[in-house]
Amino acid sequence: MALTEETRTELLEIIKRYPDQARSALNPMLHLTQSVEGYVSPEAIELCAELLELTPAEVSAVATFYTMYKRRPVGKHLIGVCVNPQCGILGGDEIFSSLCSDLGIGNDETTEDGMFSIEKIECQAACTYAPSTTVDWEFMDDMSVDKMRDVVAKLRAGETVESTRGPVIRDFRATERTIAGFDDGLGNAGGNNADAVMLAGLNVAKANGMPDVDGGNK
Amino acid sequence: MPLTPNLTAHWDEPDSYTVAGYERHHGYEALRKALEMDPDDIIGVVKDSGLRGRGGAGFPTGLKWSFVPQGDGKPHYLVVNGDESEPGACKDLPLMLASSQHLIEGMIITSYAIRANHAFLYIRGEVPHVIRRMHEAVRDAYKAGYLGKNILGSGYDLEITVHAGAGAYICGEETALLSSLEGMRGQPRLKPPFPAVAGLYACPTVVNNVETISSVPAILRNGADWYSSFGTEKSKGIKVFSVAGHVNNPGIFEAPLGITMRELLGYAGGIRDGHDLKFFVPGGSSVPLLTEEHLDAELSYEGMEAVGTMLGTATPMVFDETVSVVRAITGWLDFYKHESCGKCTPCREGTWWIDQLLHSLQDGTGKMEDLKQLEDLCAQILGRSFCALGDAAATPYPAAMKFFAGEFEAGTHTSANAQFNPAASIVFPGVTTS
Repeated sequence: MALTEETRTELLEIIKRYPDQARSALNPMLHLTQSVEGYVSPEAIELCAELLELTPAEVSAVATFYTMYKRRPVGKHLIGVCVNPQCGILGGDEIFSSLCSDLGIGNDETTEDGMFSIEKIECQAACTYAPSTTVDWEFMDDMSVDKMRDVVAKLRAGETVESTRGPVIRDFRATERTIAGFDDGLGNAGGNNADAVMLAGLNVAKANGMPDVDGGNK
Repeated sequence: MPLTPNLTAHWDEPDSYTVAGYERHHGYEALRKALEMDPDDIIGVVKDSGLRGRGGAGFPTGLKWSFVPQGDGKPHYLVVNGDESEPGACKDLPLMLASSQHLIEGMIITSYAIRANHAFLYIRGEVPHVIRRMHEAVRDAYKAGYLGKNILGSGYDLEITVHAGAGAYICGEETALLSSLEGMRGQPRLKPPFPAVAGLYACPTVVNNVETISSVPAILRNGADWYSSFGTEKSKGIKVFSVAGHVNNPGIFEAPLGITMRELLGYAGGIRDGHDLKFFVPGGSSVPLLTEEHLDAELSYEGMEAVGTMLGTATPMVFDETVSVVRAITGWLDFYKHESCGKCTPCREGTWWIDQLLHSLQDGTGKMEDLKQLEDLCAQILGRSFCALGDAAATPYPAAMKFFAGEFEAGTHTSANAQFNPAASIVFPGVTTS
């Protein structure tokens, strides 16, 4: 799908969020173009440059700096596996290598049918859920080789898959639109997301009668 | 030392992140109090509380705020750093998910104190659920009248903009974050001038971590003495610790600074059954690792310094005896190499050289002279870059050599995987060889 008049209108909407300096809109603008085209195309760079009164070279310099901007179209789903030591050692490296052999592709590659791209990712700040992975950047925590096979099979079959933190998995482009700051109606998914990992300390404190420290809460 | 849930005290209530859930527990009472105070008095309370930056550097928060020049006729900005991506750190994202309104109330109070009318929340791009949650939280707060024009009839105006990054660890560094927020490559700037004088759009700006700002409302409501009654002489207050790795119950534990790793490990259910602690990294991969002999050291700024490391983000990563220290260190250097922004030569080139030598040791093809070469390289990088990423890259190897020199020497003839079967470190069942 190519960039449309609607894309242009929405890019201008993003610019309005930054009344003091339009250029601040560039990062969310690039995310929005990725949500339309699945990558940052040369046309997207031209359009952002035009709207921000920058040169295409200036926009390119930004687009090539950040790892989330893709220079080639990404598959329907982008699977990320954290290989930073905490996750990698606890099983992420194994998940990544089995994913590569299952899908027949390597890092930063896309399956022939355009369904999946895979990427080694760096620390996702989900270390307490190691090994942590992502599908379309939604958290898929506490993963294993078997669980990942199951997720891939379900996505291939068009079945519903939910992130371990609640939101339903849509696709890479839909997520990019969320990141660009457009409401997707999923802001309350998963309640406050406080699972056993997040509640670990509070549960210990309550089970052992540790006192409530906030004077105002008594 | 007992745990002291504060920011996490009501996480067992599923709506803890909403305005309604927060108001049930005195949410936004601090704001009402603050709006009747002189802004300088708020800065005074935060100074007196002893709160220090929770993003890793530990700079005194009230002092940072006091550096913002007043009456200068320029706009002032608050920029909250929600770019949590230090390997091991896993506390700001949970805080934004479950204590969203604590952060927003803290942002309003802080903005009022430094006389800012526009605040930004910069969240790393790779976490859409956190981004949408904070957009939702900001909408919720506008609806309740806590944001916008004439907040609670005080005459004070504040807009909050939630901004997403696009994948770059370096943007956790405050000046790189500002460059990124200005729509440029996220590269650090030389300091001085510090952001308090010339930050966002060259205007006075306070950049603070999510946990730091989230801590402000309770301090204002309960008083500086209340907050400083927790912690140690030099490390006041309560800290959100995340404990990850080879423990039985990894998770979030809120405790006073000064708690020991032995105590935290106990709360986290101990090292996974049938295994022993080999090493832990107390505050993100950028700080020197420690071993069993340091379990009773205080997790405080000064306590960690005393044992040759740093508190950092206070988010320990725990590794048991199955783990090759050479593999872990090499993995962290892969990370620093990947994330070096390329601006300063020692970091840009040095991370590649260190990583290359470490890989040969990991593969069992290293040479004895590589060990000395690595030591020299790290010494050459340390202190020679604009920001702390270069220093961080130069830290893991010398720290690991202090305790595990034998493993690096073995890398001259035997691979890390031959010494330590990687399958033994995996926490899910079904993998026997790797």
